[in-house]
Amino acid sequence: MMQLMPDAPTQVPVADGLFTWPDESPQLIGSHFPESGVVTFPRQSSCPRTSSTVVEDILLPRRGRLWSWTIQGFLPKSPPYAGRETTQTFVPYGVGYVELGSGDGGVIVESRLTENDPDRLRIGMPVELVIVPFTTDDEGREVVTFAFAPVADTASADSEGAT
Amino acid sequence: MSDVAIVGIGIHPFGRHDLTGMEQGAVAVRGALADAGIGWADVQYAFGGSDAAGKADTMVSTLGLTGVPFINVANGCATGGSALISACNAINAGAADVVMALGFDKHPRGAFDPNPADWGLGQWYGDSGLMLTTQFFGLKIQRYMHEHGISSSTLAKVAVKAFRNGSLNENAWRRKPLSEEEVLGGPMLSHPLTQYMFCSPGEGGVALVLCRGDLASRFATDPVFLRAAVLRSRPFGSFEVFSPWLAPERGPSPTVGAASAAFAMAGMAPDEMDLVQVQDTESGAEIMHMAECGLCEDGAQEEMIQLGETEIGGRLPINTDGGCLANGEPIGASGLRQVYESVLQLRGQAGARQVPDEPRTAFTHVYGAPGISACTVLST
Repeated sequence: MMQLMPDAPTQVPVADGLFTWPDESPQLIGSHFPESGVVTFPRQSSCPRTSSTVVEDILLPRRGRLWSWTIQGFLPKSPPYAGRETTQTFVPYGVGYVELGSGDGGVIVESRLTENDPDRLRIGMPVELVIVPFTTDDEGREVVTFAFAPVADTASADSEGAT
Repeated sequence: MSDVAIVGIGIHPFGRHDLTGMEQGAVAVRGALADAGIGWADVQYAFGGSDAAGKADTMVSTLGLTGVPFINVANGCATGGSALISACNAINAGAADVVMALGFDKHPRGAFDPNPADWGLGQWYGDSGLMLTTQFFGLKIQRYMHEHGISSSTLAKVAVKAFRNGSLNENAWRRKPLSEEEVLGGPMLSHPLTQYMFCSPGEGGVALVLCRGDLASRFATDPVFLRAAVLRSRPFGSFEVFSPWLAPERGPSPTVGAASAAFAMAGMAPDEMDLVQVQDTESGAEIMHMAECGLCEDGAQEEMIQLGETEIGGRLPINTDGGCLANGEPIGASGLRQVYESVLQLRGQAGARQVPDEPRTAFTHVYGAPGISACTVLST
């Protein structure tokens, strides 16, 4: 479905339309409802606040701040989980809510985190979107999904309006 | 809506059993009928349901083929509460004078494994390992602890209380008391929540006989009056299970709406409640629901719980039967278990876990996916 480097394993996104792909600077794709200012992720066809069907796609900021977090400490049941780990190979993974922008036009999205050490996660820390492999499909292709990774605490997250 | 009385209560013990969920529900129905001193043929309307143990109305084949109108209810964790509200509405509408409300369930071991499509979500949400109720509870209490200064010790004390109360309840599943150190030392399932801070999906059944208030003296028991029964779905801005996104502008939870409407309907205030059952799917849920139900301010739980005020002998006893933590969570039965326990307490029949000084008022609360809450106010 897309051309990559010949040596790289073929990768496919976990779903179409969640994030820009392939893209060196990937972004999540949401819906913006101009009448209410509400932003949703993923996209949806009507506004959860006003029922309006006036909607446009919006690319969400790549950087934001961690709003809450946890560590998935046990292997989720399959289905629905598509990971191929076993209880022996499972490595706990971080899950968080990330505040992207604030107020009108802002949204808090749920995501995997690349960090799984509780001592290295704190509410308010700056994070950035990355695309990571998390399983393989029946044809042996790598399935990738979105995650947020900690970044150095520079002004860049603030400059995007996250608090 | 003060004119509805609960005159019969029945339960099948919670836990793990050989009976099907449906059979456990039928045991509860027979118990409620016997308690009220009536037969199945006296029931004029029935509402019931389960999440995973079959269609409630098929149990007429064992209870008796009386032709009774029987409506199946399916509303997640509010299934029991919804059956109760439907029973009240039927009585208040004049459709029947004596109504059965029941809930039962039987779930396999381990965390729930929902199908994303059933919840209006893309398959990717389940595929990528985000669709776990346990994660939501970890994420919600993590944020709450950050904002309101709740300690891990307080999380643990909620579980310690639950298992202590459960040890006094012959119908509970987990009846072995645990220390705070044991609770904190359990495997970390979803930080900051350890294994012993979570309830487990389980089995059980509860049934209630309700009647028009002015008929209550005809039955075998002291009536408890249902002063309010309210259900709410989620308003904009709330923080719910199975949410790929949240609004930055925070709003109240469905619990806030259901609880405040229930107190208004009953004409009573939260501080008039003598005992309370709130959804304690995990320790943090009990803490957060205390504030969402209007029982205390955000953050006040830390001192209340450290001081033991929510113990059976405390100022505001909470989850006197051990709650979900000690009873497990058969989804369809959980909400009615809370009402069963409240009736037992208000009758003064709770035995070793009886709240002292003849309690006269009680409040119950359930919460569930995808953001629903059902609350009741009861009094003698």
